[in-house]
Parts: sequence; structure tokens; C-alpha cells
Amino acid sequence: MKTARVAFQGGIYKATEHSEGIQLDNGQQVAEEEVVWLPPIEPQTSFALGLNYFDHASELSFNAPEEPLVFLKGPNTFVGHRGKTYRPSDVTHMHYECELAVVIGREAKNVKKEDAYSYISGYTIANDYAVRDYLENYYRPNLRVKNRDHCTPIGPWLVDAAEVQDPMNLALRTYVNGELVQEGSTKDMIFDIPELVEYLSSFMTLSPGDLILTGTPKGTVDTKVGDEVITEIVGLGRLVNTITGEPS
Amino acid sequence: MPKAKAKFSGRLQMQEIDVHLNEGTVQWNGSVDSSNYTWDPPISGTVYGTLLNYQGALDQMEDALHQDPYKSPPKAPILYIKPKNTITGNQTVIPMPEDVSELEVGACLGLVIGEKASRVSEDEAMSYIEGYTIVNDISVPHESVFRPAVKHKSRDGFCPAGPWIVERDDVPTPDNLTIRVYVNGECKQENHTGNLVRSVAQLLSDVTEFMTLEKGDTLLVGIPENPPRVKDGDQIRIDIEQVGVLENKVKKEAAVGGIRL
Repeated sequence: MKTARVAFQGGIYKATEHSEGIQLDNGQQVAEEEVVWLPPIEPQTSFALGLNYFDHASELSFNAPEEPLVFLKGPNTFVGHRGKTYRPSDVTHMHYECELAVVIGREAKNVKKEDAYSYISGYTIANDYAVRDYLENYYRPNLRVKNRDHCTPIGPWLVDAAEVQDPMNLALRTYVNGELVQEGSTKDMIFDIPELVEYLSSFMTLSPGDLILTGTPKGTVDTKVGDEVITEIVGLGRLVNTITGEPS
Repeated sequence: MPKAKAKFSGRLQMQEIDVHLNEGTVQWNGSVDSSNYTWDPPISGTVYGTLLNYQGALDQMEDALHQDPYKSPPKAPILYIKPKNTITGNQTVIPMPEDVSELEVGACLGLVIGEKASRVSEDEAMSYIEGYTIVNDISVPHESVFRPAVKHKSRDGFCPAGPWIVERDDVPTPDNLTIRVYVNGECKQENHTGNLVRSVAQLLSDVTEFMTLEKGDTLLVGIPENPPRVKDGDQIRIDIEQVGVLENKVKKEAAVGGIRL
């Protein structure tokens, strides 16, 4: 089952895929362009991983970390499918990051990696934009780089975990204005999903709706105002975002 | 007499109370006995902390600010998030994880946001504050601030807050408040919000330049230098002038079963 959250004619609905477009949970069928796509879940505690793919770590001239490099994001940063993300005019390097996002389905503390998948309710796609101009070497990557308003598009769908046979073998791709610019596979993660759930739950309690953005492979390049950025994970969908010069 | 908002345990809604700071009592619907009440955290939104916003804390880093891995002093506010599993109320137990022997007390003035704040000017900043609370931003002691300290700051129960939110207008000069930390009754730290690198208004302006704070979010103005260390069994009392007193006790996690008290 794939579910979305959308706004249509002033109401908020859950929606599912339908041959003609999407179907709202009141039974109504509409075209996907007729609705405003919201993040498919309302993220609770949201973790993101830095340098979690070997090739991206070396692309940024970092050695692979010995322990997961985790940072947190606030609710202000999320925006839905077909949303817009602001690029400040003084910025020289703002790049996308196509990431598999893991949604926690039940309370998790001291979970062993062997059991980790039973704590996951679903998956979605995130685009974890970074504005590298604002990087500082304190709690890096600092929130001014990673927690800007609407800088983390997410969606379109929350895909039930049962429908994703091998989340550690999914192809990720990013297209900018139709051109393929980033390509990788979740099998190249340094710390895989079970290890991340084990690590995080070893020192804190995870709760339903918590979100883990699992990092991005190599191929991150600068984007400009007006660019259409599509982050795709095979089996999960295509998340469309447009860079704008208008502050959100 | 300051007015405040609090959330008594066992009730869904918040209560508007009068606080008698000198007597240590509160008044709600005629009652004045605060021992009748236990307290839930008065805050519900996202809690953002600010790193190195006391001049003394910044000065202690000295030359390190210019050396690897930091290379240069911070320019914009450096923030972090205290996630929901950390938030508890006044008089709760702070669970000491099995893998550590000491915790660091982070005595913070918390700015509770009253209205969505995006790109606010320093002149207008105060009008976005609903009120002030006390937050104990507990950390596992750590030297390096190069990487995000999620493992050090995000443990269950590591962010007691409260007991209440004192209304903004009852604290006319938030940049002029004495903060004291007592451990087992002994004063272990004294500082003053006059020592902030960024004042309350400037911090709000500089933070909302790059991210929106929503109504109900709380922005911590920073942890003063030389935070006291506490051990299993210690009683912590944070006293912020004009705002109140937040008290919590440290106990081994195994003894309290994590956050579930």
C-alpha cells in the first residue's frame, strides 16, 4: 500500500494510487496535479545521516566515519512533493541529496539489528538539500546548512514496509531538468538500516513517526533557481521539487 | 505578581496561574498550595538549543576556535535540537545512562515562541515571545563540538523544562537575569544573561533569518561556561531570576526504567 497526504479544495485527505490518478479517502478520484502534496507523514523526531555512502564520503574528502554521523532536523524543513525550495541569492553551492527515508512504526529501545525491520512501518523518498556556503565546523553539518525552511522535500508516497522486499538494494537516481546527475544503490550504505536502528535505539527511545534519512551516494552538484530536481528511488516513486528564488 | 501558564499533571489543557516567586507558591482558582500539584512540561513544540552563546564559554575555547577542526570562530548561531524523548517536567527524575558516570547540567533560559517567527528584525523580535521557561539541557560530557552531539544530548529524559512559562511582559529585561545552579543545596554555578554573545532579541533575529520558529517552539539562549557535573542521586535546582525554579533528581537509568517514571 502506498499512501499520500494531500490537500484538495480546502480539505486534507489520505490518498492512494489509482489508474486515473489518485483516490482520496472519501472515494473521490482526482488528477495528481489537482492536489497539493503534503509530506506523507508528519515527521516526529527526524534523524539524518552524513557521509553514509563510501563514494559520497570520498567525494567530500572525508574518511568513512567509525560511528554513524547523525544530526537532527526540525519540522520546518519538510515540504511535500511538487513543492518549492528557496535558494538564497548569495549562495554559490546548494546541492540535492537523494535519500531513502525510513519511518519507525513502533516504540524502539535497545533493538538488535536482527529485529530492526520489525520496528519499521514504511519508506519514502527525501531530498536532503544542503547549502554548503553556510557550513561551519561546529556541530557540522550545522542547522543553517541542513534545517532551512522547506529544504527537505519528502514523499510523494509512504510505502508500506511489507511492499519493499529488500530496502538495502534499491536504486537511487536524481535528475536535474531531466538529466541524470546522481545514481547509486542503498546497498552501498556504510551503516545499513538495521545498524542505524540498533545504534539510535541503543541510547534513546524511538517512537512511531520518527524518521531516519539514511544518507546519499555520490553525484551531488550545484543547482540553480528554476531547476526541476527529481529524486527517484525505484519502487518508491519520484519526488519532484523546484528551486525558487522567492523566500518561502 | 507574575502570570504564567503551566500544565498540571493529569489535565489535558494548560492552566493560567499566578506565581509568587518569593514564597515559592502558585495560585490557581483560589488555591495557593503548590505541593498540591505535579507538573507536566509546559512546552510542546520543537526545542532548539544554541551552542557557545555565553561569552565565557566562547572565551574558554580560546585558540582552539582558530585551529583544526574548527578553523574559525562561529559566524551564525550554531543550533541543535532536543528531541521529544528528552522532554520532561519539573520534579522528574533524570535517568543516568549505564555507560556514563557523570552528567553535565545545562542551565538555560528558554524563549517560548508565541507567534510564527520568520526573518524577524531585532526591533520586533520580543513581540514574538510568549514567555520564558527554565530548561535543563542535560548532556553526557563531551569535549569536541565538531560533530552534532546527538548521542550526548538526546538521551531519554535529558531535557527537563518548566515548571511554567512566565508571560513575556512580566520579565521586562530577559538580558539581565541571574542564573544559579544548586546541586544538593550548594550553589555550583552562577551566571547572568547579560553575558550572552547574542542577546535574546539578536538571537531570535539571527536564527529566524535561516529558519522559521513556530508558535510553541522553544529556543534555548545557551549554556553558561563551567556547567556543573552531577552524579547518581544528586538533586539539581536551577534558579532563574523572575522566572522560577526547576528541580530534578538524577538516578541511574536501571533504577527508574528509563524515562518511564
